[in-house]
Amino acid sequence: MAARLLAGLPRRAVIALALVVGALVVAPWIVNDYLITVLILILYLAFTGQAWNIMMGFAGQLSLGHALYAGLGAYIAAALFTRYGVGPWVGVLLAMPVAAACGAIIGFLAFRFGVAGVYFAILTIAFAEFARIGFDHLAIVNAAAGLFLPVAQYTHNDLWRLRGDPTMFYYVILAATLAVLALCRILRQSRIGYFWLAIREDEEAARAAGIATFRYKMYAVMISAAVTSFAGVFYAFFYNNLFPEQVFNISQSIQMILGPIIGGVGTLFGPILGAFVLTGLAESLTAALTACGVDLPGAEQVFYGVCLLFVVGALPEGIWPWLSRRCGIAERTA
Amino acid sequence: MPFDVYLNVAVSGLLTGLVYGLMALGLSVIFGVIRVVNFAHGEMMSIAMFLAVVLFSAFHLDPLIMMVPIAAVLFAFGYALQSGLINPFITRPEHSQFLLLVAVGIIIVNVLLIVFGPDARTVQTAYGFDSFQIGPLIVDAAKVYAGAAAVLFAALLFAFFRFTRVGTAIRACADNHTGALVVGLNVERLYALTFGIGAACVGAAGAMMTLIVDVTPMIGPTYTLLAFVIVITGGLGSMAGALLGGLLIGLTEALAGLIFTPSAKSMFAFGILVLVLLFRPQGLLGKRAA
Repeated sequence: MAARLLAGLPRRAVIALALVVGALVVAPWIVNDYLITVLILILYLAFTGQAWNIMMGFAGQLSLGHALYAGLGAYIAAALFTRYGVGPWVGVLLAMPVAAACGAIIGFLAFRFGVAGVYFAILTIAFAEFARIGFDHLAIVNAAAGLFLPVAQYTHNDLWRLRGDPTMFYYVILAATLAVLALCRILRQSRIGYFWLAIREDEEAARAAGIATFRYKMYAVMISAAVTSFAGVFYAFFYNNLFPEQVFNISQSIQMILGPIIGGVGTLFGPILGAFVLTGLAESLTAALTACGVDLPGAEQVFYGVCLLFVVGALPEGIWPWLSRRCGIAERTA
Repeated sequence: MPFDVYLNVAVSGLLTGLVYGLMALGLSVIFGVIRVVNFAHGEMMSIAMFLAVVLFSAFHLDPLIMMVPIAAVLFAFGYALQSGLINPFITRPEHSQFLLLVAVGIIIVNVLLIVFGPDARTVQTAYGFDSFQIGPLIVDAAKVYAGAAAVLFAALLFAFFRFTRVGTAIRACADNHTGALVVGLNVERLYALTFGIGAACVGAAGAMMTLIVDVTPMIGPTYTLLAFVIVITGGLGSMAGALLGGLLIGLTEALAGLIFTPSAKSMFAFGILVLVLLFRPQGLLGKRAA
């Protein structure tokens, strides 16, 4: 299994990957609690970026409303937990099909009616905004007042109910990120992955070549949505509070997709690299400004924006394609 | 509720809708010609709103008159933005342009936050509480002036695109990019002009908007979304469509706020957007892209 996943990657890439994974596995013994929280955020964004990348990077369908799927996952699992005491892993089993179904509805409507490109992107925003305002008025999940998960001092880590210290959450999200990386690798090398690439590059030609473009685009949306909803469940149990204004906000969707765009859309490692670069950048800007004694709310965000401009201007394809060529570890393009 | 309450709210919504329409017109002009979606549109409007608030609180200059210089400032801003940043991106994929303009938006929001702080600001004009009464109808004077100014501004813009040589040249770029290059038009400069004009629209709309709502640095993204909703409802790239979309969304929001709850009003706007995208993806007045 592992051998098949790694087949075709240059030896140097495999070694680099092993080193990074090894470093991440031992990280909790070395770094402090604060850095663990930062790493959790990074891996969360790497995970969601990877999930978004399935839809945009592989199949070429630009979604700007992925907060919808994460938010649904978060709310479903949290509501089951707080109301009925149902654990998060059962919640995931419900969240994923629901998110996939939502993705399917949006995809069905859009692709049937020929909504594509910018129009499709804005349709996805519209559904996410619709959900945001809807959940803001949904009494069953406490509407705008927010949904809170009970927090207590835990003497031991309860993996089954996802209650415990940050280190446990860290390993959960690390495992999930590696799993979704493997999933993306499998998808990319399978029939469906090649069909997606064909659709992304030229949908008319793909259809002419006999690919059922509608069906494969639907698969892309549904898989991406289901994977994203898992991140939502994790979010709910890690942060313990949910507000529609936050989880469905367009800024969440934007945050999810900045990583893959900066890292490299359509690449396997781009979303992960992007998450590290962006979160690392944001954190170091905060640290640097604090060290300089600058206390201006917003200053860090301005620098962040300027850095984004710089990266997107200098490296149109993202950091990973450029970096992997420089280091001689580029994936052989299919 | 008596009928005239509905009527009052509807008229007030339509007047606000005219200002929305002018704002969306800017987005529509930019997309129609340059084919770039301005994800920093609402943020640009908040610049204009803060300019209007500052001019008013420092010098007591009326936003309705100041909309002309503010539009000029935003024109310069848009021109510089297009020629400096966006022109190299016009052939890049959509997600790349999206990132660029999101970054611009982040910078604008946070610069405004640094300069003006997070508090809401407002303009209290002498006519702020005046109203006109026509039969059972009572309309805020400020909204009437703002709506009238929006119509005037939009009419000038229509005339510009219809009757001037530059306007015709810009329409040529929109219709056929390659053709425009072939006949020797300086497309990059015309694009910069177009973005400037779009920014001027949103600038004028922003100045008027201060008569209707308070401004904070954080309102930008909300209005960006609102502008999308309006423009897609009316038809991306269609100027008349943007105004019609503005009226429709203004009316919907006002009535939904009255019948349901004000906080749910944009849900109905998004509902309209979804319906339009599904049944008439090119928008109410848009033409089907070839």
